[in-house]
Amino acid sequence: MSESDVTREGLRGQRPGREATTGVNVPRRWRGKHRAERPMVPRAEFTSYYGKPILNPPTWQSPDIPGYLFLGGLAGGSSLLAAGADLTGRPALGRVAKTGALAAAGLSMAALVHDLGRPARFVNMLRVFKVTSPMSVGSWLLAGYVPAAGVAAASALTGRLPRIGATATAGAALLGPAVASYTAALISDTAVPAWHDGYPEMPFVFTGSAAMAAGGLGLLSGLAGQARPDETAPARNLALLGVAMETAAFERMEHRIGLTAEPYSAGRGGAYVRAGKALALLGGAGALLSRRSRIAAALSGTALIAASAATRWGIYHAGLASARDPKYTVIPQRQRLEERAASASS
Amino acid sequence: MSMKVAPWLPEVRGGGFEGALDGDADPSAVSGYENRPPRMGFFTDTSVCIGCKACEVACKEWNHVPEDGLNLTGMSYDNTVGLGADTWRHVAFIEQRKPLAGQDPGVSHEGIDVLALAAQGSGTPPAEAAVTPTTPGPDGQLRWLMASDVCKHCTHAACLDVCPTGSLFRTEFGTVVVQEDICNGCGYCVPACPYGVIDQRKDDGRVWKCTLCYDRLGDGMEPACAKACPTDSIQFGPLDELRERAARRVDALHEAGVADARLYGADPHDGVGGDGAFFLLLDEPEVYGLPPDPVVTTRDIVSMWRHVAAAAATLTAVGAASFAATLLGRKRR
Repeated sequence: MSESDVTREGLRGQRPGREATTGVNVPRRWRGKHRAERPMVPRAEFTSYYGKPILNPPTWQSPDIPGYLFLGGLAGGSSLLAAGADLTGRPALGRVAKTGALAAAGLSMAALVHDLGRPARFVNMLRVFKVTSPMSVGSWLLAGYVPAAGVAAASALTGRLPRIGATATAGAALLGPAVASYTAALISDTAVPAWHDGYPEMPFVFTGSAAMAAGGLGLLSGLAGQARPDETAPARNLALLGVAMETAAFERMEHRIGLTAEPYSAGRGGAYVRAGKALALLGGAGALLSRRSRIAAALSGTALIAASAATRWGIYHAGLASARDPKYTVIPQRQRLEERAASASS
Repeated sequence: MSMKVAPWLPEVRGGGFEGALDGDADPSAVSGYENRPPRMGFFTDTSVCIGCKACEVACKEWNHVPEDGLNLTGMSYDNTVGLGADTWRHVAFIEQRKPLAGQDPGVSHEGIDVLALAAQGSGTPPAEAAVTPTTPGPDGQLRWLMASDVCKHCTHAACLDVCPTGSLFRTEFGTVVVQEDICNGCGYCVPACPYGVIDQRKDDGRVWKCTLCYDRLGDGMEPACAKACPTDSIQFGPLDELRERAARRVDALHEAGVADARLYGADPHDGVGGDGAFFLLLDEPEVYGLPPDPVVTTRDIVSMWRHVAAAAATLTAVGAASFAATLLGRKRR
């Protein structure tokens, strides 16, 4: 209760702030009618519902899903390297690449199953085949690829059934590039702004990254005692081409998509992407200069594998960040509507 | 807005793939239903929503949706925040200062000679009183928007398109429903939805969302939320009839001077081919937490696969070049 008294001299003992009004003169932000000119850069201001995200962010967990993206690339690229090694008579490189492909593919599958809400129902993935679902296409792809990679590795390690091993190696090499690239469509085929907007370049980022990782793994084969010094040369080439491809595609994607590329250079995603770029440069330079030293080549290879992983983790975290901030959903869509309205009225 | 795909694709059984991505297409017809009922949906007229949340409660009760935390958010009267695995109807509350700034409770005594009023004694006739408890404040300075959000049951549903198990399917009513005995919790539908509707139930692993009360529809009943709505803000019926009714309602509101009234999701040529559950809003969609121009992500799927194929071919070429380069080097030596 107010205890103020009304006297001839006016009010006495009134509560402080009794005349306060709430939020007077809050500037109207969004629809500035009195704006003199149209801004040429995207407006930083936008409306949202209490700053809450519009999208439900992916439920995919780390390390499962970024690991699955990275390992799929490593496996696919390695199968390609293995087939080349067989064709050109590089047994040590072939063995490392085949073993690596199988291990990576197996781990990749395990990560994928582990991330399911109901892992026991994994086989439901093979209930239907849908081209609109890259996860469905990928499941069928892996169902063909993993056995092929397995047979290829088993044959190479035991030395048995060479003809079947060669067929499996060829099959894995045929499917490998698809395994390395379909995951780009998988993440792009979502409403997550940073992922969907980058869909034209994302497959090239992923295959570049896959070549880099597989090349890095190939460089490690130099450590095997019986390897000839020139055995790792193709791995070095593959790694260097991969570094170039990934870097170029990533740059192009970031420049083209504009606002939604922001999470690739900011926050956790940005930190991983920067680490990936630094490691790729380091590993690339090391691979180029370490033709004589096996140790240096192996270190460079390790850096390249780590670079590929860091890029995938960066892309994963950037996607999460772009889904969590309504800015990346609202502003591009608002711009799209305005452009459509402008072109309709002109 | 249309996408060309191979003619055999709709024939993939159980895939629920919608071949003709045309806004005017009846989705249940495209999915292969014969002798189907008309496409059913919701028209949520937010201009008469009173924020009672009866829809939220009715939905939870009928569908046995578990309790998901009783928290106070400080977001006006909204304590459910948004749609998710355990919130299939969500009432949004927006407090706006509109069209001018400032909330005026209408009890300002400025310019009123209180003492003169007091001299009249306590028997001031209401007509002479400057301020009474029911004196309206200046018009239009505080606006409280309420809107009951729900799954949009899109004509081109991204969740359904990306589902790798065929758990999500199109019903004969043109709605989109999850088959919980098939869902393996891969979570792909969650980021695919442009509206942020479907989500994973953490302790269960599977995804859940509004079914438009598929079980009630089968028995000729209306969904629980529409049944419970005391103001008919939620209207249920055949979609084409709802669209006509909504168009008339917008015209009536415009005539009454509510220039802000607009339909959301009613256009069959928008990015998702129109919503099975659409809305009448009194402000921009993003004010209510809705995307202003949603697009089904699978609209670009053909282009995505083309780029994937090009990238895979490039990787193969790069691999071959890596070996070829060593041969060249050897020859030079």
